[in-house]
Amino acid sequence: MIAYSSLTKGDVVAEQTFHFTRDSLVRYAGGSGDFNPIHYRDDVAASVGLPGVLAHGMLTMGAAVQPVVNWIGDPGRIADYQVRFTRPVVVDPAAGADVTVVATVAALEDETQIARIDLTATYNGETVLGKAQVRVTFA
Amino acid sequence: MAVNPEIQGRVFPATAPYLVGREKVREFARAVFSTNPINHDVAAAQAAGYADVVAPTTFPVVVQEATLAQLLADPDANIDFSRVVHGEQRFTYSRPIVAGDELTAQLTVSSVKSLGGNSMVTADSVITDASGAHVVTAISSLVVRGDDA
Repeated sequence: MIAYSSLTKGDVVAEQTFHFTRDSLVRYAGGSGDFNPIHYRDDVAASVGLPGVLAHGMLTMGAAVQPVVNWIGDPGRIADYQVRFTRPVVVDPAAGADVTVVATVAALEDETQIARIDLTATYNGETVLGKAQVRVTFA
Repeated sequence: MAVNPEIQGRVFPATAPYLVGREKVREFARAVFSTNPINHDVAAAQAAGYADVVAPTTFPVVVQEATLAQLLADPDANIDFSRVVHGEQRFTYSRPIVAGDELTAQLTVSSVKSLGGNSMVTADSVITDASGAHVVTAISSLVVRGDDA
């Protein structure tokens, strides 16, 4: 277990790249129950004016917190997690899509021993999540 | 047609209890690329002090789904699902979800705002366990795009 006292604001604590494929989207659809066809059918995505089949925002959100979970070692220590969905992740049928997540210590709340970890999630050189903040309890 | 602003403050009936299954937790964990043993392995979860496998952080979306379905189906709300985009999502926990939990969710429309021709609807789903204790609140902000110009 990482000690709260060892944390320093600004430190990058985890980094991971996720390779999303159409298989990932079908798996997430089944796991979550979100069967919106824009996440697996090119014709439907095109008919509503999208540049292609998109990853579920909640797949990106769900994956993006995993580097933090692995860093702290215990998913039960996450007290709060929020994101804004700012840009879609288009998943090419052959090449897929790579989303890179960097997790940084953004704030330390000494009284409650909670650390706020901010996530930067990038796809194709642009961020896809805004205000992506994870509150981790160390108490 | 804009979202009806009068739905702000509306409280929907609590959903039927959702029993969190161990295999569902594992399936969801695989789907969000979790490799953490506490999400998958009962012995690892118990060694960490949990009764069973712990659900991934974003798992409450599965339970929230039933409450959002109520909101989207409400003719009074006037939400055109084909125009809905997920704007923001938040989960605020009192304790982690573990397999075996029986969860009930109740949605309140906390705000309806107009934003440059679009509407932003924020819905708070309060998720409680079988004893009535708070587990997590799932907050979704949905952007409902206005009519095409």
